[in-house]
Amino acid sequence: MYRIIKAEQLNANIYLMVVEAPRVARHCEPGQFVIVKIDEAGERIPLTICDYDRKAGTVTIVFQPVGASTKKFAKLKTGDAFRDFTGPLGCPSEFVKEDIEDLKRKKILFVGGGVGAAPVYPQVKWLKEHDVDADVIIGSKNKELLILEKEMEAVAGRYYPCTDDGSYGHAGMVTTMIEELVEQGNTYDVCIAIGPMIMMKFVCLLTKKLNIPTIVSMNPIMVDGTGMCGACRLLVGGEVKFACVDGPEFDGHLVDFENAMKRQQMYKSEEGRAMLKLQEGDTHHGGCGNCGGEK
Amino acid sequence: MADVLKRVPVREQDPMVRAGNFEEVCYGYNKEEAMEEAARCLNCKNAKCILGCPVAINIPGFISKVKEGDMEGAYKVIGESSALPAICGRVCPQESQCECKCIRGIKGDPVSIGKLERFVADYALEHDIKPEKAEKMNGRKVAVIGSGPSGLTCAGDLAKLGYEVTVFEALHELGGVLVYGIPEFRLPKEKVVKKEIEKVRELGVKFETNVVIGKSTTIDQLMEEEDFEAVFIGSGAGLPMFMGIPGETANGVFSANEYLTRSNLMKAFDENYDTPIAAGKKVAVIGGGNVAMDAARTALRLGAEVHIVYRRSEAELPARVEEVHHAKEEGVIFNLLTNPTEILVDENGWVKGMKVIRMELGEPDASGRRRPVAIPDSEFEMELDTVIMSLGTSPNPLIASTTEGLETNRRKCIVAEEENGQTSKAAVYAGGDAVTGAATVILAMGAGKAGAKGIHEYLSKK
Repeated sequence: MYRIIKAEQLNANIYLMVVEAPRVARHCEPGQFVIVKIDEAGERIPLTICDYDRKAGTVTIVFQPVGASTKKFAKLKTGDAFRDFTGPLGCPSEFVKEDIEDLKRKKILFVGGGVGAAPVYPQVKWLKEHDVDADVIIGSKNKELLILEKEMEAVAGRYYPCTDDGSYGHAGMVTTMIEELVEQGNTYDVCIAIGPMIMMKFVCLLTKKLNIPTIVSMNPIMVDGTGMCGACRLLVGGEVKFACVDGPEFDGHLVDFENAMKRQQMYKSEEGRAMLKLQEGDTHHGGCGNCGGEK
Repeated sequence: MADVLKRVPVREQDPMVRAGNFEEVCYGYNKEEAMEEAARCLNCKNAKCILGCPVAINIPGFISKVKEGDMEGAYKVIGESSALPAICGRVCPQESQCECKCIRGIKGDPVSIGKLERFVADYALEHDIKPEKAEKMNGRKVAVIGSGPSGLTCAGDLAKLGYEVTVFEALHELGGVLVYGIPEFRLPKEKVVKKEIEKVRELGVKFETNVVIGKSTTIDQLMEEEDFEAVFIGSGAGLPMFMGIPGETANGVFSANEYLTRSNLMKAFDENYDTPIAAGKKVAVIGGGNVAMDAARTALRLGAEVHIVYRRSEAELPARVEEVHHAKEEGVIFNLLTNPTEILVDENGWVKGMKVIRMELGEPDASGRRRPVAIPDSEFEMELDTVIMSLGTSPNPLIASTTEGLETNRRKCIVAEEENGQTSKAAVYAGGDAVTGAATVILAMGAGKAGAKGIHEYLSKK
């Protein structure tokens, strides 16, 4: 069992938990993820790592309840425990292996959307600890839904919050913020975009035009997360890649987002749900993202 | 007295009934049936059956105990060679190993060695007969990576020799392929797999789940920081292979690994579990191995019409004869000499069918099997909603890529000596699918045994 030493609701949709998992905490790097399972009957849910404390042996996860399992996660309190907590999985972000002096000369732009701010945070923090300043754009629907503001401000070179409704920071989508920064004369060597697939797709369309190499972190459906089932396969540059062992980070300009979004909708879209319900028949029992785990 | 040329038939669930449930297909022998079948054994002095067994069980030895009604004695004889007899009695390909060597088989049916082994093992589970433990632990630590058949066997053998063994498992359940791969109706999990693993635990073996070696820690760190003196890698097969035809990333195309993992490990067939499975209404399974049969029979039980699509003919099906027979009895349709060329996708990205082409057999290829050749202009379409690819796996790179000095071959399998499991790295041994590529449970167990022997020899000299 993996004890939750802190459980906090960040806003109406998003939860943060600090979990005791010494092996994961000792070995994880920015960019990696964990698989979390609540109890015997639960699903294996992949979640990105938001922070870690090697000394305390803890890992911080941030999630938004969407399916039956993550809705159950949200009910857990400080002192409760997860049955299973596996990781770190996937490859660390590329810059972790880069020469620090080279990195210091680079202009890096992070773009996070919604709960995607959580996996952006440990990357920016790692860079800050290595004296590299990065610009960070975080987008959300409104001020209420913006997460990890204080934390991000503390580690980012320059921090640009954006809200769709204009209630805070830059008014508009993250893409318009990127355009504004570039128009102001900023140049970037690399952009790292993490968030909903649709956001990553539009960031990539823009950065391709602006000629900024872009890395995205893919979050497809997974089962084992260790390279066994192939559920997380994606088309990257026309080749089949497994997000769990080859990723989760890929060259955003090579990712086939249309295909990835269709695959993700298998369990999320209206058609997908309807299709699953039809196909699953009597075996349909939650996990589709919207039925609330109906039996 | 029954005809000695014929084996005592084994009772099975009716095909039409079992096609709709996940209960075990074969009921196995009772005591009387087992003793009657055991009486057919000629107790050959120079027993050929033992040579056919990858772990060299003293087969006439245990069968003669069954003949006398001494089931505990029979279990002890098997236990000298096998740590998992209830599993092997169910999933070993006996017809191509021990039973095909049986002298009885020349004129009639060979002795039902597999069913007898299963009976003895089940008797031991029911009567809680414990395996023999080491008299004294020697305090030396060995790490075993993977809790599948090779890892469990290696761990059990080393524990019997007094080593302090810890098994590291990447998934949340112990058992490896026995749990995520082989379905409940062929190998019951609670009744058989869990209990066999408990027996290994009783030998003093420790287990740690959710540890992905290569990620959660590395082999070097296990040896340097956690004082393990030797490591056995039994990490199993890896990434599923796909055909590389158009439409393969459509929704409704699964690897057999994914389909079976959802149903077996995550128990998606049971409504009390949260993991979903898109069972499908019209399913094609591509491939002809045991995994393909398992996937097909699972889809059938989830309510689908199921087709096995295989490019060669029935004679070349790599699956066990018994599995093919069971699949046919249950209503799986075999489309042989047929090969997919494209998966047809609807506007929402879901499978709507598959284009296939008829094949004929040409000259034998490197494997000795006749090579299938496409018949020109013989393409046709099958209407489907689900396609399950069961084409084998390529090794998982996690361990090889994080262990310095561990040699792999051109197929990316770990290179290890057959007789003792020794790899190119000192103190590191390996066996099972991680070394051979996808094979059988009993071959993996044989490799686990060899690895235990290799590690014992190495540590005894150190």
